[in-house]
Amino acid sequence: MTRRALVLIVSALVTSGAAAGAAPPNAADLEAELVCPVCETTLDQSTAPVAQRMKAFIRVRIAAGDSEQEIKDALVDQFGPAVLATPLKSGFGLLAWLLPLAALLAGAVVVGLLIRSWSGRRDLPADDRPLDPQLEQRVDEELARFDG
Amino acid sequence: MARRAKLVAQGVALGLVALLFILLAWTLLTEEGGDLAAAAARGERPEAPDFTLGRLDQEGELALSSLRGKAVVLNVWASWCIPCKEEAPFLEQVWQQNRNRGLVVVGLDAKDFRSDARRFMKRFGLTFPIVYDGPGDTLGGYGVTGFPETFVIDREGKVVEAFAGAVNATEDRVRLRAAIEQALAS
Repeated sequence: MTRRALVLIVSALVTSGAAAGAAPPNAADLEAELVCPVCETTLDQSTAPVAQRMKAFIRVRIAAGDSEQEIKDALVDQFGPAVLATPLKSGFGLLAWLLPLAALLAGAVVVGLLIRSWSGRRDLPADDRPLDPQLEQRVDEELARFDG
Repeated sequence: MARRAKLVAQGVALGLVALLFILLAWTLLTEEGGDLAAAAARGERPEAPDFTLGRLDQEGELALSSLRGKAVVLNVWASWCIPCKEEAPFLEQVWQQNRNRGLVVVGLDAKDFRSDARRFMKRFGLTFPIVYDGPGDTLGGYGVTGFPETFVIDREGKVVEAFAGAVNATEDRVRLRAAIEQALAS
């Protein structure tokens, strides 16, 4: 019984996954991920004529059954990679992904070095050499006067 | 150790600042291009940036430099641009009237769908060479800020005059014809 239930759950998950994979792309999502080549804002923010035309193109391609990637590829073919709101993960576009990571790592290294340097200063051995007898006597006198 | 850490931190900071300056300089030098219109208006005749782009009116590519020896009217347009629709028949007329005198009208369709551009060409009966620059990479070199813009280039590849906006007003059309005469005479 338990085994049968498990099979049913797994098959349900697989079926729902397949259904999700076949779901048509959402026009609003695509418009937020693509840039108007004239005003250089995302399509959902743009009212430029070319943006309107691109929105119509997206709807036509969705109706024709194209996937999100196919629609993006078609627009990149027309307008170049700058039409993508997120840069490509290859070639020069890869820099846009790697540079922030590199900056983050460099920042972490700098912070680490600074913390190490500061904590090193705090851990300096205390100066436990005995005071000069004359100085010690003077300190005692001053303290006695202060207490008195 | 603290001194070394400080030096490393300073080195990293300086490196990042230098990188930002290099990126800024590169952007300014490559994307803004020259202000050809202003230079032409001062009578300087700046060099028209060369390009090689795929053609929409037929197969193959067209390089601007291949037209050296002829005067060129380079018109930057897009099918979604409303003033371009009024300007297109005039440019076809200019082409028909001057093509045997050594003038070539070249349409540069940018930031547009190829299919829309072809429909536009058919609708307005355009027969002059038309190249396609979907991403608009060529526009920066010409300092194009809007659609349409027109550049009259002489036989030596120098810009004689530039027109920002459509050449639809009578005085602009007179100016364009005068610039064409200058370009043909060069």
